[in-house]
Amino acid sequence: MREFWRRYKRNKGAVVGLVILLLVILLALLAPVLFPGSPWDMVAAPFVPPGEMGMLLGADSLGRDVAAGIAHGARISLLVGAVSTAAALLLGVTLGALAGYLGGLADDAVMRFTEFFQTIPSFVLAILLVAIFTPSIGSVVFAIAVVSWPPVARVVRAEFLSLRSREFVQAAEVLGKSRLSIMVGDILPNALSPIVVLSSLMVATAILLESALSFLGLGDPNLMTWGYLIGSGRSVIRLAWWMSVFPGIAIFLTVLALNLVGEGLSDALNPRLARQRGGAA
Amino acid sequence: MDLTKLPGFLLRRGLKALIVVLAIVICNFLLVHAAPGDPASVIAGQSGAADPVFLEQLRRQFGLDRPLYVQLWIYLKSVLTLDLGFSHRQQMSVASLILERLPATLLLTGVAFAFALAGGVTLGALAARRVGRWADSFITVLALTFYATPLFWVGLMLVLVFSVWLDWLPSFGMGSVGVDLQGVEVVLDVAKHLLLPALTLGLFYLAVYARLTRATMLEVADQDFVKTARAKGVPEGRILRAHVLRNALLPVITFAGIQAGQLLGGSILVETVFAWPGIGRLAFEALLARDYPVLLGVFFCTSVMVVLFNLLTDLLYVVVDPRVEAAG
Repeated sequence: MREFWRRYKRNKGAVVGLVILLLVILLALLAPVLFPGSPWDMVAAPFVPPGEMGMLLGADSLGRDVAAGIAHGARISLLVGAVSTAAALLLGVTLGALAGYLGGLADDAVMRFTEFFQTIPSFVLAILLVAIFTPSIGSVVFAIAVVSWPPVARVVRAEFLSLRSREFVQAAEVLGKSRLSIMVGDILPNALSPIVVLSSLMVATAILLESALSFLGLGDPNLMTWGYLIGSGRSVIRLAWWMSVFPGIAIFLTVLALNLVGEGLSDALNPRLARQRGGAA
Repeated sequence: MDLTKLPGFLLRRGLKALIVVLAIVICNFLLVHAAPGDPASVIAGQSGAADPVFLEQLRRQFGLDRPLYVQLWIYLKSVLTLDLGFSHRQQMSVASLILERLPATLLLTGVAFAFALAGGVTLGALAARRVGRWADSFITVLALTFYATPLFWVGLMLVLVFSVWLDWLPSFGMGSVGVDLQGVEVVLDVAKHLLLPALTLGLFYLAVYARLTRATMLEVADQDFVKTARAKGVPEGRILRAHVLRNALLPVITFAGIQAGQLLGGSILVETVFAWPGIGRLAFEALLARDYPVLLGVFFCTSVMVVLFNLLTDLLYVVVDPRVEAAG
């Protein structure tokens, strides 16, 4: 663990990313304390510019506090990012593991299925799914998970494919372990590091996707989200720039932080790769 | 490659593309049936209060009282004859709605793609030539920034700076309303309206292509044939252009083909922000009206476009790189 941290902190960007990410999580946790009451409540006159009437980041067209919206939106963004990534991981790891370990026909079938999902325009599919199953936090999570599992399946399949002929797997097979327990107990722990790196990037992508869906009006109508804030500021951008600027900065910082953390994790978990990257890319 | 193999290759790839298209149709069909409520009301594009006589007619037309496979067959037949249904909100067939909006989207995505590819390859090549210099740091920062910024927000910020604050460029639509323009003026007017949306859509991919070009160029630059060229005394500029860049472009082309779908998805957001009258804007309007036949049609149409584009890049790949055996 100490070795891991030593390698992680060598990447300065990754440390900055981690700090930003922790601050965003703190903001999400403290939202009800910092901004008690519903973010949908009218607390000031409409279109109060930032810094006036106690509105740090201004008020929107209905006199709602933009800062409160951002703080409460952080909860939804992080939650959707984490839950949909977990669901996509479950699907992707299962399919990838089966394809890589079983090989043959199962592998072919899974890979064709994965290719199909990578070909079709994923954002259009996500929109369609949320629209058809009516916008709610559940359908948003479901749609994001459906469009984001293919890269996981590919990575996991490649790992399983290269690990399944290793000696420790053969040893487990000789010992008479069941296929399931070999896949979960022996191979998966050795394939974890690329999955960990990938999942931090997936949370970032999921947050971007969620914001795009709520920007189009496909968010949960009962929840305040960053994308909704920007969407409601779109038509009044000439009057109130702060309504779209600040939530956008929140998304940018959170996603940037997650990407930086992903790079740091990659450096810390694959030291050999990190050294190569230092030279070539 | 051996040109006699080309027809067989085309046939195989064409068949594969056809299977993908069929799978998309089935996917649409399943979505209609998975939707909560009556499939007829989904096909009608109306939730709840629809005309019962009309719903009954739809049920008969799509055989909704018959077994699922019969329904699928009816659906497949209608879609493959390019009958994508009827939008009762717009009183027009979905196919003609999409055809009407398609040119605007093709113009936007085409220009954005060309801009991203040209800019990305140039920047990437510059960065690879001088590792660690300004172009190198520039693309790293550019990529980090655009990987983390929502597309629609980039568009809004460009509107804020260039239309609201500086008042240089229009922020809305595809042409000026209420002005009589002719010939070159029309082209210039459209170009002025196109600049911000194309920039918004293109900047992210510019960063992606720049990074990719840089990485592959550095990889290729290490290979033996480049060392040979250098040993022969070929000038450095020519080595980069004729030997390194040419070989480094292939992965960029492949990647661009894979990302065609994302580009089209992104155009929904960009067209929404800039009110650009393409199929993305059409999808957004359909979304607000819960006009499902149009949404399903847009999904089908963009998927087919991606499949066609992938077919094109496959072909391009074979033509550009003689080593690629037309096997797959």
